[in-house]
Amino acid sequence: MRIKDQWNEQRIYSSRTFAALLVMGLLSFALFGRLVYLQIVRHDYYFELSQGNRVRQDPIPASRGLILDRRGRVLVDNEPAFQLELIPEQTPDLNDALQRLSTLGLVNREDIEPLKRMIRSRRSFDSVPIRLRLSDEEIGRFAVHRYEFEGVELRARQTRHYPYGELGVHALGYVAAVSEDDLDRIDKPGYAGTTLIGKLGVEAAYETQLHGLNGYQQILVNAQGRSVKFQGAYQPDLRAEAPVAGRDLVLAIDLPTQQAAEEALGDRRGAIVALDPANGDVLALVSHPGFDPSLFSRGLTRSEYSLLTSNEDKPLLNRALRGAYPSGSTIKPMMALAGLTYKVVDPERREFCAGVFHLPGSSHLYREGKGGKHGAVNLVDAVARSCDVYFYGLASQLGVDRIAAFAAQFGIGSLTGIDISGEKPGLLPTPAWKKQAFKRPQDQIWFPGETVNFGVGQGYLLVTPLQLAHMAAELAERGRSFQPRLVMGTREANGTIVRSAPIAQRGASGISDEDWALVLRGMIGATTYGTAAAIFKDARYSAAGKTGTAQVFTVAQNARYNEKTVAERLRDHAWFIAFAPADAPRIAVCVLVENGGFGASAAAPLARRVMDAYLLAGPADAAPAPTAAPTAAPTVAPVAAPTAAPAAAPSGVHRP
Amino acid sequence: MILDDNRDSAARRTFSATARLLSALKLDGPLLIGLGLLAVYALVVQYSASGQSLETILRTLMRIGIGAFAMIALAHSSPNFLRSLAPWLYGVGIVLLLVVDAVGYVGKGAQRWLDLGLVRFQPSEIMKLAVPMLAASFMHERRLPPDWRNLLVLAGIVIVPAALVAMQPDLGTAVLIFATGALVVLMAGLQWQVIAGLACAGAGAAFIGWRFLHDYQRQRIRIFLDPQSDPLGSGYHIIQSQIAIGSGGLFGKGWMNGSQAQLDFLPERSTDFIFAVIGEEFGLLGLVVLLLLYLFIISRAVFLASQSSGTFARLLGLSLALTFFVYVFINAGMVTGLLPVVGVPLPLISYGGTSVVTLLAGFGILMGLYSHRKLVNS
Repeated sequence: MRIKDQWNEQRIYSSRTFAALLVMGLLSFALFGRLVYLQIVRHDYYFELSQGNRVRQDPIPASRGLILDRRGRVLVDNEPAFQLELIPEQTPDLNDALQRLSTLGLVNREDIEPLKRMIRSRRSFDSVPIRLRLSDEEIGRFAVHRYEFEGVELRARQTRHYPYGELGVHALGYVAAVSEDDLDRIDKPGYAGTTLIGKLGVEAAYETQLHGLNGYQQILVNAQGRSVKFQGAYQPDLRAEAPVAGRDLVLAIDLPTQQAAEEALGDRRGAIVALDPANGDVLALVSHPGFDPSLFSRGLTRSEYSLLTSNEDKPLLNRALRGAYPSGSTIKPMMALAGLTYKVVDPERREFCAGVFHLPGSSHLYREGKGGKHGAVNLVDAVARSCDVYFYGLASQLGVDRIAAFAAQFGIGSLTGIDISGEKPGLLPTPAWKKQAFKRPQDQIWFPGETVNFGVGQGYLLVTPLQLAHMAAELAERGRSFQPRLVMGTREANGTIVRSAPIAQRGASGISDEDWALVLRGMIGATTYGTAAAIFKDARYSAAGKTGTAQVFTVAQNARYNEKTVAERLRDHAWFIAFAPADAPRIAVCVLVENGGFGASAAAPLARRVMDAYLLAGPADAAPAPTAAPTAAPTVAPVAAPTAAPAAAPSGVHRP
Repeated sequence: MILDDNRDSAARRTFSATARLLSALKLDGPLLIGLGLLAVYALVVQYSASGQSLETILRTLMRIGIGAFAMIALAHSSPNFLRSLAPWLYGVGIVLLLVVDAVGYVGKGAQRWLDLGLVRFQPSEIMKLAVPMLAASFMHERRLPPDWRNLLVLAGIVIVPAALVAMQPDLGTAVLIFATGALVVLMAGLQWQVIAGLACAGAGAAFIGWRFLHDYQRQRIRIFLDPQSDPLGSGYHIIQSQIAIGSGGLFGKGWMNGSQAQLDFLPERSTDFIFAVIGEEFGLLGLVVLLLLYLFIISRAVFLASQSSGTFARLLGLSLALTFFVYVFINAGMVTGLLPVVGVPLPLISYGGTSVVTLLAGFGILMGLYSHRKLVNS
């Protein structure tokens, strides 16, 4: 052993201990600095992060507002239903899960691919509805196999219920699963937790009021994302906001009147619109055929959807708003008023109707629509008995420009402004319109003969049933016009109904009371001794009406039109417009029966039934019980539901 | 006044009785108080971090009991006995490490434990004491500072067990074993030029050694450099622990009120990451108190070591005292994001493992070296 140098060792220890303590101090200081940085400087940032970690906002969907008729009868409500929802990130094998669900009969095989696409477009932690409205039996079937489906849950949700099934579907609209297109328009956070959104009709137009405001509940989650009440002594300060339910809408629709209109149309194609002339309230709005709105709220299969779109009767087409047809003779009261106002006609002077009309210097013959002859007719008779020859002459004397200007006052060619979307303006033809509508110069000329046709509502003129109902209401109100409205108010939470004021429009002006009275006489004449007399002979109120028969088929010059020989689809459209009681109108109706034939026989009886239902009902008429019940339900098809009915309306063919 | 005198003398009697007891047990009062406070702190935090588990508390108390027993036993051992024990302890440790590595190789996985039936035992813990003991005892018979030949021997003593532990693989313990041995060499007066040279060589070796690291070890280093690169994977630990500490603020969220800890966001919250639980629930204040407690213990330990006599006693004592700081700094550094995540527990606070026993045994050795100083001198 070497001799140790005690002093040297002591010196080494001292200096090294000092150095070690120095390093220790520096490192401690660095650590302290780091802690100050994390806990003081960046405290707010990390506090936010820790809040975000543990608190999740669980949306509480607001319950959708009810839709009521004008007397508070429920037309649309909500009902609880079970649906299957899938959380993508918790599902180990999406394809496998869907395949197995389809072997259980809970998902249609044809829907698997579209469902996969839809699920992949959603956020991985969102619960995606894959199947709405399960039946009790299906719930049971899933419950037995539940443990095999990780990430798939059965959840109770409110869904839309249409107690009357197809009734008023083109007015009420429907709801369907929120689509990707919808997500672009809506306030996304506001719809978190909402499954269904209004797609058409009142459901779509009043979506904001009906939807309400979704609430939320903050829930405490652990690192696995599971909801926990509390953990340890940690007591969270969780906030919640109750949802605000959507407004209940009070429709102007009168349920018994609507039902009468639906029944009157039966299985015919057509439309009926009934308005309250005094304020524009839509008392009934039918477009037939319709469809079951719950098909959409539970989700359509592809085949169901293509069945609807390929149906040649076009059930998705809202004929009342979008079906454009030649008006036929229903335009005659307006035409008579024009003649009187522009003083081109002496109301007392009788014209002789021999069944045909021709313009001076032309050999072209314009026939009575129904054939036959009326003999000597004055203006009132011409309206009541719908004399085409009288109006051929009247129209050619007025000239197209004056007719067009006058017709515009009655809303022809423009939107009525009804409070649901999808309305079409029809067509009010003028020489100016023709000039820009046609390419070839020879087609751009307005021929005098086209004015003649205009007089009886044929030719280029196209109107919708809603427009004619609107015109009938304006005739009833002697030029006062109101914007048609399906929704007349809201029902507040306390049950009081807040009505909104009717919206007056610019109607017809400059028409003398005598002229109004004359035309009214003509329209009353139609229901007393004229075209529709047989239909109204035992009516307990006086009605003013006008029949119309719109040709869709050009009759050859020398041939005579034979209803039986023409294919059903080429038969005339039957029109009837009316209002009643004639002296104090409470209802104005327009009926269209597609390919119905004569207006008097095919359309007028329907108007009678609608007016009877409204005018003869007791003050507290009980509505019949709802009939429709939801049936078996297929999966949600991620097919984009049409927001507006496709395809153009059938239109009339004009004679040259 | 009389009463005061009486009370004074009564207090003095109690004090001197305690002092006599401590000196009979060869324990150091201030160090014992510091360790006792730390143990109480540990129990309070563990109760919260374990989710109010009484079982955890009982197990910790049991370990502290075993540790205290080891501490008292070692405090009675003379430096000469420890010095003669060093080669044997080291040898047995190496054999056990080889056995563990062999078993681990057969079992195809990480292997740190030796299951002796009744107790599971981590041989690497032995090396935390055996390495500084053997290194100090080697230098005890030689001149300070070590010359290059002695340095080579010392390097062998330190690197062989550290490498064996790193192969288990347990990087954290390997770092600590290396640190205890290296501290002996540093305290023995290794020239600064040599230290600088070794540091450069070490950097070079690290560059080459990168290739020999396990994938998960490399990953830890990568994640340390950029935790956000893998927020849900390996970076998760660091991000969540920083959120926990940062969200605690100055005063913390309160005992058992840390959402990060209580809702499982913080991984390994009662073991390696318990520092973050303290930061979240007791805030900066709680952490500063803890660090001051540590610094007090370390200072006292350094004082005891510097007062003991003999090369062996001083080198071993200083190494043990300073290793304790290395422990604290590595754990706090990794939890706060200053250092990469290596599995080093927060000494005496983290739950579990045999480290409580080893640490208390180390303090027992320190106290023994101090209390035996006159015996050596005489």
